[in-house]
Amino acid sequence: MDFGFVLSQSVTQAIGITAILYGLAAMGLNIQFGYAGLLNFGQVAFVAVGAYSVGVIVMTLQLSLWLAIPVAILAAIALALVLGIPTLRLRADYLAIVTIATSEILRMVVRSSALEQWLGGTSGLTGKMGKEFHALNPLPADFRLPFLTWTRQDAWVVIVGWLVIALLVLVTWLLVSSPWGRVLKGIREDELAVTALGKNAYLYKMQALIIGGVIGAIGGVFWAVAKGSVQPDGFVPDVTFFAYTILLLGGAARILGPIAGTIIFWFLLTFFGEFLTQAITAGWLPFLDITDVAAIRFILVGLGLMLLMVWRPQGIFGDRRELALDGR
Amino acid sequence: MVRVRPAVRALLIATVAALWALVPSVAQAADGPKIYGAVTAPDGKPVAGVAISATVHGTQLSTTTGPDGAFEILLPETGLVDLAIDTTTLPNGLSLAKVGDDKRTLTVISDKRLSVKLTAGTPTQAPTPGASAPAAPNAPPTNEGSPMLGQVAQLTVDGILLGIVIALGALGLNLIFGTTGLTNFSHGELLTLGAFTALVLNRLGITIVVAAPIAIVISAFLFGWVQNRVLWRPLRKRRTGLIPSMIVTIGLAIVLRYSILLVFGGDSQRYLQFAAQQGLQIGPVSITPKAAILAVCAIVTMAIVVAWLQRSRIGKATRAVSDNPALASATGIDVERVISVVWTLGAGLAAFAGVYMGMTQDVYWNMGQRLLLVMFAAVVLGGLGTIYGALIGSLLVGLFIQLSTLVIPSEMKTVGALFVMIVILLIRPQGILGRRERVG
Repeated sequence: MDFGFVLSQSVTQAIGITAILYGLAAMGLNIQFGYAGLLNFGQVAFVAVGAYSVGVIVMTLQLSLWLAIPVAILAAIALALVLGIPTLRLRADYLAIVTIATSEILRMVVRSSALEQWLGGTSGLTGKMGKEFHALNPLPADFRLPFLTWTRQDAWVVIVGWLVIALLVLVTWLLVSSPWGRVLKGIREDELAVTALGKNAYLYKMQALIIGGVIGAIGGVFWAVAKGSVQPDGFVPDVTFFAYTILLLGGAARILGPIAGTIIFWFLLTFFGEFLTQAITAGWLPFLDITDVAAIRFILVGLGLMLLMVWRPQGIFGDRRELALDGR
Repeated sequence: MVRVRPAVRALLIATVAALWALVPSVAQAADGPKIYGAVTAPDGKPVAGVAISATVHGTQLSTTTGPDGAFEILLPETGLVDLAIDTTTLPNGLSLAKVGDDKRTLTVISDKRLSVKLTAGTPTQAPTPGASAPAAPNAPPTNEGSPMLGQVAQLTVDGILLGIVIALGALGLNLIFGTTGLTNFSHGELLTLGAFTALVLNRLGITIVVAAPIAIVISAFLFGWVQNRVLWRPLRKRRTGLIPSMIVTIGLAIVLRYSILLVFGGDSQRYLQFAAQQGLQIGPVSITPKAAILAVCAIVTMAIVVAWLQRSRIGKATRAVSDNPALASATGIDVERVISVVWTLGAGLAAFAGVYMGMTQDVYWNMGQRLLLVMFAAVVLGGLGTIYGALIGSLLVGLFIQLSTLVIPSEMKTVGALFVMIVILLIRPQGILGRRERVG
């Protein structure tokens, strides 16, 4: 059992690219679900829109990555409008069903053979999508610490990723501590009361959906740039529920909740997965196979989501009074 | 009326039992289904040497057309088949009618005939999803090679069969929603669990005809009654809100789905009996005897459930709780008991749907999840929380999914159904039979 390896992997994942991607998705959810109480079960659709904007603009159309970023944001706004118009007036469960359905519609359309020449069908798009981004890389060499190694490219993505997250944390903080943010929380607690005070709850909810979606799409842009490939089956609903687990772990309606959540979540999940892999390799668990680890990790996430929701809905850093979560 | 009821119930139960018993006499064991047909030139002459391959569950089978233009691929099992025509083997000057015709995905449950008519010159552009059907001159290769009408008839039958499976799931989904307000995102896993319970019993040596009803009863108790007792009743006692409960169902769905994957593996499996059955040809329509018998059983079962809801004491109590739990409780109805019954019934119906899917297609770890959104579409279309709404919605969604393949690629058929659901929410959010107040 190589504990050093298990630990270094866990730390790498906890502050690495995956944590950044999911952290961004969860930050978007935090505005939608944490502050506005919108049960968006289709956050992965926004991530996919961001990632595919990069894929299509850079790979299919051979245009600049810098064009892809505003396109990704506009596409996310468009998706939020399409999602919000039919559902934001309805009850939470309708929004949940429609958003998860939309994310699946989007995935199936993207993988269809009819659009294969633009979107690459089931195999998606692969290539140097982050060329222009990596050209700006000021790092001289690979990044090495005793227990942490990143390639020059990965380190650059990680640095910029955390800077973007820091910026978005600031934006979130400014937003939710403004009067706008207070109206949003008011809607979450009692929509009728807010409406009675003359606020247009529908409009506020739409704005929250758009802002959260745009943050998710920025996560998608990072996805494409960091991985250099976008594949439709990477954008299954499970991504959304990972983001929910992260948000609820860190604490919804807390500005730093999703950040703490993503670090802790990926540390624990990687630690557990690597530990299990090593234990199986060492022959400690003869009834399990290496290929079982992935399934067990998912089971763990599902259990975590259930247990958090039942026993500690406010997560690690949340405030129970802040998030009663009883609205129907 | 009240005195006749037990007799009616006994009769219905006897009918179901008799239908179950009928299955072996009609069914016959056979090899897997085959895909067969011919490739012809525009002048009707056969085209030889065209390479065609079919992939089912990762196994690829290839063939080339003979001198008479005919081909035949024997499949090891039913399921989703990716069919590919190698366009480089087509003779010069001839091509498929449309771009994208060289690859298609078919659900093959019984023998399928495929006529491929080539056209002269280059293929036309494939239609984009949602666009209308291609113009007549470059007609796409048609199933059965028969006129449109035959295809419509076949798809209508397929749609009704699909609608029945959806209805079995949607009915339970709606009953649980109606009485507890819970939108159960783990309902798909109840289907899968039912199918796998039957699979385990089947592998233990019990013929599926016997194993299926046993599995349904076990599932109803274990995954319905026990689930409610262990999980949902304590949560209701703690006054857990609906949104947290919904998220709990998501977590539960993930736990169940991946536990099934862990225990049974990711491969598709099948029951030992009636795995592949020759389709019965009735006019233009082909249907396997097992699908027909299962459909009749399902319809009878649902009729019993609906009659039970309308006539029996506990059925009436169920409707009362759906209407207003507080008021129902005040009139002396034991709400917890009603909820217990509804969970048991819902899980049993879902298990039936799972066994149905397992017998007509395959048993695999995420089979229920794949149907979940379609069930939601049916429920939203019919009206969340309404019993008849669930049935009508399911039938409409099933028909829509199958018939839409006339105009859109079959890989997009679920997309169409989900899209319709969203449109319905725009124009009539309470669904066809729903009441306005439920939505607000």
